[in-house]
Amino acid sequence: MPTGVPIEFQAVTKRFGQVNAVTDLSFAVEPGRVTGFLGPNGAGKTTTLRMLLGLVAPTSGSATIGGVPYRTLERPLATVGAALEAASFHPGRSARDHLRVHAQAARIPAGRVGAVLETVGLAAYADRRVGGYSLGMRQRLGLAHALLGDPGVLVLDEPINGLDPEGIKWIRTFLRALAAEGRTVLVSSHLLSEVQQTVDEVVIIAKGRLVHRGTLADLETGSATKVVVDSPDREALAAALQASGLPFDHGRNGLVVSADDTAQVGHIAFAAGVEVSALFRQRAASGLEDSFLALVGEEGSL
Amino acid sequence: MSSFIAATGAEFTKTFTTRMWWVLAVVAFGYVALMAGGLAAIFGFTSSQSELPEGMSPIPGGGEPSALIYSFASSIGYVFPVLLGALAVTNEFRHRTLTPTFLATPRRGLVLGGKLVALFVMGGVFGVVGVLGSVGLGAPILAAFDLETELGASDTWAMIGRILLAMALWGVVGVALGTMVPSQVGSIVIILAFTQFVEPTLRAVTMLADWAADVGKFLPGAASDALVGASFFSVVGGGGEALEWWQGGLVLLAYAVVFAVIGYLTSWKRDIT
Repeated sequence: MPTGVPIEFQAVTKRFGQVNAVTDLSFAVEPGRVTGFLGPNGAGKTTTLRMLLGLVAPTSGSATIGGVPYRTLERPLATVGAALEAASFHPGRSARDHLRVHAQAARIPAGRVGAVLETVGLAAYADRRVGGYSLGMRQRLGLAHALLGDPGVLVLDEPINGLDPEGIKWIRTFLRALAAEGRTVLVSSHLLSEVQQTVDEVVIIAKGRLVHRGTLADLETGSATKVVVDSPDREALAAALQASGLPFDHGRNGLVVSADDTAQVGHIAFAAGVEVSALFRQRAASGLEDSFLALVGEEGSL
Repeated sequence: MSSFIAATGAEFTKTFTTRMWWVLAVVAFGYVALMAGGLAAIFGFTSSQSELPEGMSPIPGGGEPSALIYSFASSIGYVFPVLLGALAVTNEFRHRTLTPTFLATPRRGLVLGGKLVALFVMGGVFGVVGVLGSVGLGAPILAAFDLETELGASDTWAMIGRILLAMALWGVVGVALGTMVPSQVGSIVIILAFTQFVEPTLRAVTMLADWAADVGKFLPGAASDALVGASFFSVVGGGGEALEWWQGGLVLLAYAVVFAVIGYLTSWKRDIT
């Protein structure tokens, strides 16, 4: 059983011309768990992963796998498996031949090709040319490629994109199983909701900078927790909150107050003599999503 | 070393797992066979009509018609290994397969080296295909007109060997050119325009003056013909001394090396985004 090694980014910066794609990014990804790498489109996730894999040269800083840069790994595909995009195939080549080419280049026994095709559920379509594949099948082929060398570290860029609900359920279970075996699993996504059932930890970037890292629970209890309060007389309620100095927004179900404590909000309404018709903390899921959006910034989500 | 062998092996697998190589080989065979067979028939027909003095060659520049006909394998067939070589590189850019390629072999020089070696061999294979076309159709037609096929002569077989070498080098030139011009459309246009129009024109024009001929013999097609030792141009235009066969080979190799170094520095080492 291959064991995972940590992935480390140390002060990685990448400039494309005048544009800073990634700025001074440092974080580590530990084995034995699934780490979500989140950020809006254009935040620099793919560039960061490509720097880790030696495809893009950092302007400064370093990215290593178990302390070794990808380009100097002795057996790259047997150390790190990566699925970066759903379009990296020659359309005229079959899935089996695609895998055969790269197994041969990386000196991986040809027998692995059939095994990984079986694992990702493509065995029945393996001899068809990839040009006719659906996006979901391409995703599975990308994953098969990542698994070729039975690596201890997996790096998957938006692996859930284009999968059908059954495929999504399958990949979630699969990623959890890989982490449970002690492998390092790094999964990027621009949607928190897509990975929140799968990941143990999150690393969130926006505009090329690290904005949060930690467990999902950390994210939930962050400063972005909201209390929703409503009244038959919303204007009076708004005036009372205004007077109290708590920031709030007008939401669909009432006023969304940036506060931790329902009692505090209830007291403000009571003291102002405003009747309250609803008072609750926002559901965890949307709380996470809000925290996420608050971290990455509204204009960040392109 | 073992990763270089692995990378080279993978390049062969890449070549043989899409249809391009045999489509090009079939077209190359047909084209060369048609031209060689046609020319053999013309020689045969004219020599049967007019009585040439004993020992005089039917072709203006002298030499054996058989050599000229057989050399069509490379003198007109060379565009095919160049195309195959260029496609081997530009396909990787176009279909973004450099990502998995460089993931499997992160030392990019090994990948380029593997491609150069694999396409050298594939160029040789195309040389065999071309010779099958030029000799396979040319020789029987010459024989049918009672002309000498020269297939028993060691000179003929030495030339066929040099044809295979020339075609192998053209495969290498194709890879190098593709690395220098990674745009697939761009490199195909350059190859077709240069081999079918620009170079023939330049070679014809440079024959007009001695000083120009000294430059013209270093054109890649002229170097290739010099390597093979027979040239359609020397027949139609005469003019100018060709390079020695080994000089021709070195000139062709020099083109490949220069293109490959430029390509390596400009496109191959770039970020793969």
